Amino acid sequence: MAVQKDEVMSVTSSADIVLVRQIVRKWSVELGFSLIDQTKIVTAASELARNMVDYGGGGKLRLEALSEGIRRGLRLTFEDTGPGIPDIDLALKDGYTTGNGLGLGLSGSKRLMNEFEIYSRVGEGTRIAITKWR
Amino acid sequence: MERIPILQMGEFLLVTIQVDMHDRLAMALQDDLTNRISKTSARGVLIDISSLEIVDSFIGRILGTIATMSQILDAQTVVVGMQPAVAITLVELGLSLPKIRTALNVEKGMELLRASVGRRSKESGNGRAKR
Ligand SMILES: Nc1ncnc2c1ncn2[C@@H]1O[C@H](COP(=O)(O)OP(=O)(O)OP(=O)(O)O)[C@@H](O)[C@H]1O
Ligand SMILES: [Mg+2]
Repeated sequence: MAVQKDEVMSVTSSADIVLVRQIVRKWSVELGFSLIDQTKIVTAASELARNMVDYGGGGKLRLEALSEGIRRGLRLTFEDTGPGIPDIDLALKDGYTTGNGLGLGLSGSKRLMNEFEIYSRVGEGTRIAITKWR
Repeated sequence: MERIPILQMGEFLLVTIQVDMHDRLAMALQDDLTNRISKTSARGVLIDISSLEIVDSFIGRILGTIATMSQILDAQTVVVGMQPAVAITLVELGLSLPKIRTALNVEKGMELLRASVGRRSKESGNGRAKR
């Protein structure tokens, strides 16, 4: 697997979440994803960007255009140095929230993408990588 | 701060969301609509989301809260114009929006509002006739 192109942006405010949606849309279009896949990727990115702002104290998004043989993909990695998630299995359950959300961000973005990897340590932060292939 | 305009058409309020709303703008819309419903005694709210390219859990929650608030204030809410890709994504995200009534476009949404408001006026009329 090769990374064709990458970019990093910082995400700290609700205005940045709008920028995340715009840049992720642009990359999804450039990579030739269908409208439905674009919509799924942008929605997942919006969820994870908001989590990073709301719970992680802000962080960074890395975008990577991938190629593997003839397939191409988009990987988005959200990384913060916030409080971390004590129980990842619990956080991934539909409806689980420690805020006043619906508890759908993590579980939903996992369903919307092809790959979902989460690494989190209490006191160190959280890193979530999601990938969509076409 | 920037605000989403709310139009009044007779006993209905009409909102057309034309920008990618950041979270505070969406919260402001929720507050503004609640105030306007109670001030104008509107019977219905129509929200046109045909320009929205995504609805995530946050916007979904705001739409749900608007529907609940309007119900408490005796008004109906109808959301119209959801793009098919948005609808498909919402289902996969796990957001079912049970309290929100939807229609294909503004015209159908207005019909739905008129019908439900008309029916409810008649029901209360019958109730009164019975003494
Ligand atoms: N980056 C993060 N840092 C620390 N905790 C997090 C982070 N992301 C998620 N969490 C924790 O995981 C829980 C579940 O997140 P999820 O996005 O699924 O739901 P939510 O944000 O609470 O609600 P929704 O996304 O539906 O509005 C959060 O309530 C929070 O406790
Ligand atoms: Mg969330």
